[in-house]
Amino acid sequence: MIAKILTRGHQRRVLPGFGLSLGVSLTFVSLVLLLPLTSLVGQLSTLSLSQYVFLITDPRVMASYGVTLLAAAVAALFNAVFGLLMAWVLVRYEFPGKRLVDALMDLPFALPTAVAGVTLATLYSSSGWMGGLLAPLGIDIAYTWVGIALAMAFTSIPFVVRTVQPVLEDLPAEVDEAAVTLGAADGHAFRRVLLPYLWPALVTGTGLAFVRSLGEFGAVIFIAGGKPYETEITSLMIFVKLQEYDYAGASAVASIVLATSLMLLLIINLWQGRFIKRLHGGRP
Amino acid sequence: MVRIGDAPGVRRTLIVAALVLSALFLLLPLVAIFAQALMSGLDVYWQNLSDQYTLAAIGLTLLVTLLTVPVNLVFGVFLAWLVTRFTFPGRRLLQTLIDIPFAVSPVVAGLVYLLLYGRNGWLGGWLDAHDIQIMFAWPGIVLVTIFVTCPFVARELIPLMQAQGAREEEAAVTLGASGWTIFRRVTLPKIRHALLYGVILTNARAVGEFGAVSVVAGAIRGQTNTLPLQVEQLYQDYNTVGAFTSASLLAMLALLTLAAKAALEWRAARRETAT
Amino acid sequence: MNIRIAGVDKRYGRARALEPIDLDIQDGELIGLLGPSGSGKTTLLRIVAGLEQADSGSIHFGERDVTQVHVRDRRIGFVFQHYALFRHMSVFDNVAFGLNALPRRERPSSDQIRSRVMQLLEMVRLTDFASRYPAQLSGGQQQRVSLARALALKPDVLLLDEPFGALDAKVRQELRRWLRHLHGELGFTSLFVTHDQEEALELSDRVVVMSDGRVEQIATPDTLYRRPSNRFVFEFLGEVNRLEGDVARGVLTCGDARLSVPGIDDGRHELLLRPHEIRLSDQPSHGAHLPVSVSAVVPVGAEVRLELEADWLGEPWQASVGHAEFDRLDIRRGRRLYAVVSQIHRFDASRPQTLMLEPAI
Repeated sequence: MIAKILTRGHQRRVLPGFGLSLGVSLTFVSLVLLLPLTSLVGQLSTLSLSQYVFLITDPRVMASYGVTLLAAAVAALFNAVFGLLMAWVLVRYEFPGKRLVDALMDLPFALPTAVAGVTLATLYSSSGWMGGLLAPLGIDIAYTWVGIALAMAFTSIPFVVRTVQPVLEDLPAEVDEAAVTLGAADGHAFRRVLLPYLWPALVTGTGLAFVRSLGEFGAVIFIAGGKPYETEITSLMIFVKLQEYDYAGASAVASIVLATSLMLLLIINLWQGRFIKRLHGGRP
Repeated sequence: MVRIGDAPGVRRTLIVAALVLSALFLLLPLVAIFAQALMSGLDVYWQNLSDQYTLAAIGLTLLVTLLTVPVNLVFGVFLAWLVTRFTFPGRRLLQTLIDIPFAVSPVVAGLVYLLLYGRNGWLGGWLDAHDIQIMFAWPGIVLVTIFVTCPFVARELIPLMQAQGAREEEAAVTLGASGWTIFRRVTLPKIRHALLYGVILTNARAVGEFGAVSVVAGAIRGQTNTLPLQVEQLYQDYNTVGAFTSASLLAMLALLTLAAKAALEWRAARRETAT
Repeated sequence: MNIRIAGVDKRYGRARALEPIDLDIQDGELIGLLGPSGSGKTTLLRIVAGLEQADSGSIHFGERDVTQVHVRDRRIGFVFQHYALFRHMSVFDNVAFGLNALPRRERPSSDQIRSRVMQLLEMVRLTDFASRYPAQLSGGQQQRVSLARALALKPDVLLLDEPFGALDAKVRQELRRWLRHLHGELGFTSLFVTHDQEEALELSDRVVVMSDGRVEQIATPDTLYRRPSNRFVFEFLGEVNRLEGDVARGVLTCGDARLSVPGIDDGRHELLLRPHEIRLSDQPSHGAHLPVSVSAVVPVGAEVRLELEADWLGEPWQASVGHAEFDRLDIRRGRRLYAVVSQIHRFDASRPQTLMLEPAI
């Protein structure tokens, strides 16, 4: 097939470099991405189905799915609200220090996750600045799923802000004005008019934040504490199994994590495609 | 101008809420890093910084970054050129594949490399026989870092090059320019900023990768510790000041990254208003 | 509902967008705001709507002072140049939006809303499109939806910002006639912005001509065309030919051209005339010796447009003749003829002056 693509290219392609860039890209993708992923499939193929099911339904692993899903869902929902608020404030209002706040939004992507992890663990431990404030109120964050959700939320803050922000910026002033000239109060206009415009970006951003949170490792492990059945996330389960040289078990659990993430990404992409099609003239 | 939500009360409430929350969730951790690092004074900070294991970790981190960034730069440019300048069957699939590292948990990334190159892996036996060590050594760290950071440059370039279209390159072809000349004289000037931004992001992630690296590094002090692993190890040893000293280096790099990004965006915005 | 605009002005930073403006609009009147871009017409419209705040002055709708009233409470309908339909809502939901946004006490029942919306859609002849989305409609259809939406709340005042500016010529014609008709039927007071003089003259009861944030003239289309109050209005409202020369004892001389202009004082003058005020002949007339040669011939429908050149002209004149005249004079490129002028205008005196010269045949 590659040979066919290449020869057809000679007749039609105007710009040079097709063969070279195709060659480099395919080589890279095969060696760096596909080959290692196939090794996972290879490892799994040594397992029988019952062994595989046994490994992925181990009670401790099952508990880790629960914690991971719960914390990631809470983190994603928090970010949906917080991200929408930040995008709104950064686009719609002027205030001193706005440029700094805007730049600060990217901190979680720029800051290594391990640094975020130890920092949050320190801040929210019972002797830390925040933990010390909350402990007398009976609120424990470190070593609970709340702490895990907090760390996940921190690392995925930019997703919602940065997907909603450009959409809000590009929204013509006429949309607001049309709603207002028709007499709509702020709340009604926001819910019925603006939110639907932002909806695709908001859902995409929240979805991406959720996927990222499911796989987050460095930021979470320090604040989680890793108590079996309670604060062990799935990534940590894989890590623990690897340290015990249980490659089969690690691979089995990893396959679940990988499949979940890829499926979610696919769903987000498909959903986004359908939504956009409707707004641009496809039948609803 | 009449906009939804521009009543003074609404505006003030939302701004205050946004500022308080960002201070709490973003600024406070940033401040905490430096506060913890300097808790015992500047002397201790310098002492921690010049610790031989910390210096070794800095060295290894630099090595990994210096190897990773150019590889992904070259790959990103070729891939972006390929998918934005030509149509061919499988183009969408290729674009989807390149997103995999974004979706995969870094631990899983480390795992698949371990399965491939580890002692019991597919290539492990052959590597062992030839006495080549990849896992639990710096080449393994470089490989997983390349994996984890490979989408960044391409992801910055593809939307931009798609939007720009191929008209100018086609014009250059009609004027008889060679491929390299077209890229250097026509394409490169248009994508310079996106390329730089992609490199900055790749760099930030390469320096800071933790999950994937911790799987393949084996954490031998002074040999396979990158800076983030060093942070972890010191933290586990209850050497909080030491951990945050290394963390503060990474945090400074993060701040530099943010500043560079802001500067690039500011220049782009200024150019846009100028035209 | 009559509208009274008194001393309204607006600045953006140091730039003056609108000089203080007074304008009284009668109940049921259709007023066109006409001017080039940057003339302040849209700013004035948006101030009347309440989308912008004037720096000073007042606006009354009937007896009600609305100067400080928020746009949402002014009871206006506003039609945007690019329709501004809500793209995620069906045509029905777009038109129903204003009714649904009413506070619960004032909101009609959903049956009442339904019948009101269908009645509006019938009026704009889009009943069959109720469940479509805006992206599935043509530009003209979208603008009709936008009109129905603006009229749903029975506004006191309808404001339209370049309502037909984004449509192609044929649809624009159609919608114009339709709006005129609708206005006659429903009798709302309305104010619309346009930069197209033909549109303003065809639609409006009265036209407000603006430039540089100032009102140049407020008049009926007929008066505006026949008796422009200044040079700007004259030039903006149609094509203009210029004739510059020295006048001595009632005769203007310019190279080998002569034109008798009784009543104009001696000195150098610039006189203006419209294309239809020029007639062509194969010999000079009693009062005019204006030799020209035809440099371009463009047949456009019922008339033929000509471009005339001469040594004594700075820039060519535009003229138009009927087909009969065209054949009779055997007009073609390079043909030498004489221009005869029926009317001429001057704006360099203290007040504008129109001179009747030779009656058109």
